[in-house]
Amino acid sequence: MTATHDKERLDELAAQEPRIRFWRNPGGWWSLPIVVLLGVGFAGPLLIVLIFSFMPAGAFDISAQFTLDNYQSITRLSFDRSYITSLRLALITTLICLVISYPIAYALVKTLRPRAANIVTALIVTPLLVSENTRLFGWNLILSKRGILDGTSQSLLSTELPTMLFNEKAIILGMVYIYVPFMLFPLVIGLSTVPDEVIEAARDLGATRWQVLHEVEAPLAKPGIVIGGMLTFVLSLGAISEAQILGGNAVITITKDIDRVFGFQQNWPFGSALSVVLVMITGLIAYFSMSRINLDEVIGGAA
Amino acid sequence: MALETSPRVRIRATGFVTLLVIFLWMPIFSLVLASFNASRFFRFPFDSWTTEWYEQATTATTPRVLLGTSVRMAIVVTIASTVLGFISAMAFAGHQWRGRRTFQRVILLPLFLPQTVLGLALLLWFNQLNIAPTWKTAAFAQTVWITPVVTVVIAIAIYGLDQEQRSAAYDLGASKLRTFAEITIPPLIPAIRSGALFAFILSWVNLSLSTYTTGADASIPEWIQAKALGGYTPLVPSIGVLSFVLPAVTVGGILLLTQLVRAARHVNASILKSDSMQQRTDALKGPSN
Repeated sequence: MTATHDKERLDELAAQEPRIRFWRNPGGWWSLPIVVLLGVGFAGPLLIVLIFSFMPAGAFDISAQFTLDNYQSITRLSFDRSYITSLRLALITTLICLVISYPIAYALVKTLRPRAANIVTALIVTPLLVSENTRLFGWNLILSKRGILDGTSQSLLSTELPTMLFNEKAIILGMVYIYVPFMLFPLVIGLSTVPDEVIEAARDLGATRWQVLHEVEAPLAKPGIVIGGMLTFVLSLGAISEAQILGGNAVITITKDIDRVFGFQQNWPFGSALSVVLVMITGLIAYFSMSRINLDEVIGGAA
Repeated sequence: MALETSPRVRIRATGFVTLLVIFLWMPIFSLVLASFNASRFFRFPFDSWTTEWYEQATTATTPRVLLGTSVRMAIVVTIASTVLGFISAMAFAGHQWRGRRTFQRVILLPLFLPQTVLGLALLLWFNQLNIAPTWKTAAFAQTVWITPVVTVVIAIAIYGLDQEQRSAAYDLGASKLRTFAEITIPPLIPAIRSGALFAFILSWVNLSLSTYTTGADASIPEWIQAKALGGYTPLVPSIGVLSFVLPAVTVGGILLLTQLVRAARHVNASILKSDSMQQRTDALKGPSN
């Protein structure tokens, strides 16, 4: 091997070492395109929203007249209630999704044969080819007055069913329906990191089912539970179609408010202020749950 | 599966799983059912059945325009976010570098932002930059949201790469480019393919970003939303069903095709192998004849 080759190889090896200067390292270069993309398509737009939230109500242009009016209007016009509604619905949805997904994830990872688990996974994923709002419209057809449930009950049992649409229960059903896969798959990844031998050992030592769950599986599967829980919560908090298609005008979530203030009322500054508060809430939740987990371990563990 | 389970546990697990699958498919069955309803209004049970709406959905202009917009967006988004996602996955998991941990967290941020907010933010942004929203701006909006997803999908595979192979290639004098093309890329192909598939589907089903960023253009989910909120037409269920069948058949077809190609290659390889075995045995036998 020639001297130049040797030198090149040393350079390569050096490049693989951490703590090398940013520009000398390929990792830094690889990161550039997406950093530019997110700068133009994410940071920039959010900055505009932040600036607009300090503009006088109804403004369509950015000016030097900064004001805090929009933020004061949030509580003055009782929009804080919409945040509470959204947070409550998101919390309920997350808990229901966790309760549903845990046994399913357990069955997929530990109980079913791999072949059966693959078929079930395909069956769970395939409906995701239909947009959320289209599937929710399918639920609307099932639950509506003279819909599939009510119509069947009327013609077979000649009893009319009470209204099932346009209330919180319908929205929660819709959100659980849409977000259950986002809880399920992180749980599957989380549970597959729990070695079977550990569970068997705990059983052999006389642990009850609850003790195994509480003291062995849950702590080991924690990253999956945290990610699934956070994803479900944050996505439910930002959900809008569920309330539009199944909730009618009965329940006002914060996303519906934002949509209405921007679209119907054409009040960009106030809509921006509502958005900034929502972004801060989801951002805080995401930040705290992400800082509790090691992404290399979680994402690398799936490989 | 090494876990020992009693038949009762297995039956219960199968029961749970079946219930979930039925739950997830229910609204799709309801759409299929509704799409054959002959009446202009939705009242169950239907008086008569028809396939008229499918004929209309496949021959009328509106559905074709919607399909055109949806497909164009999905193709652009798939290409853009797969290329960008691959590059950023290399930064995410392929190299050790200062600032990587921060980078990992920052690029996942768009996923945690409610899409309604991101869509509206982009609308204000395009407005400030005097860009008129069309399907192209919507494709850009979707790329911003979907690239991080593709990044994670490909990063998972990069974590699984054998780093020793790369060092070995360098040791054997292979250039940077050659190592990249012949050692790094090939094992990542399946992950790149699934990343592209994810991108296509996520663009195909997207509503919240498109709503605010397509301007006068409309995708299939947007049209369904407008009709679902503004008044039922019997075309809604039939177009909804077609929006499912089209990608399902395409994806299914592609998967089947790759399976077939792989099987054919496998057969080819084993034939070649047996051929060379035959030759070798012949060669061994040769002198004795």
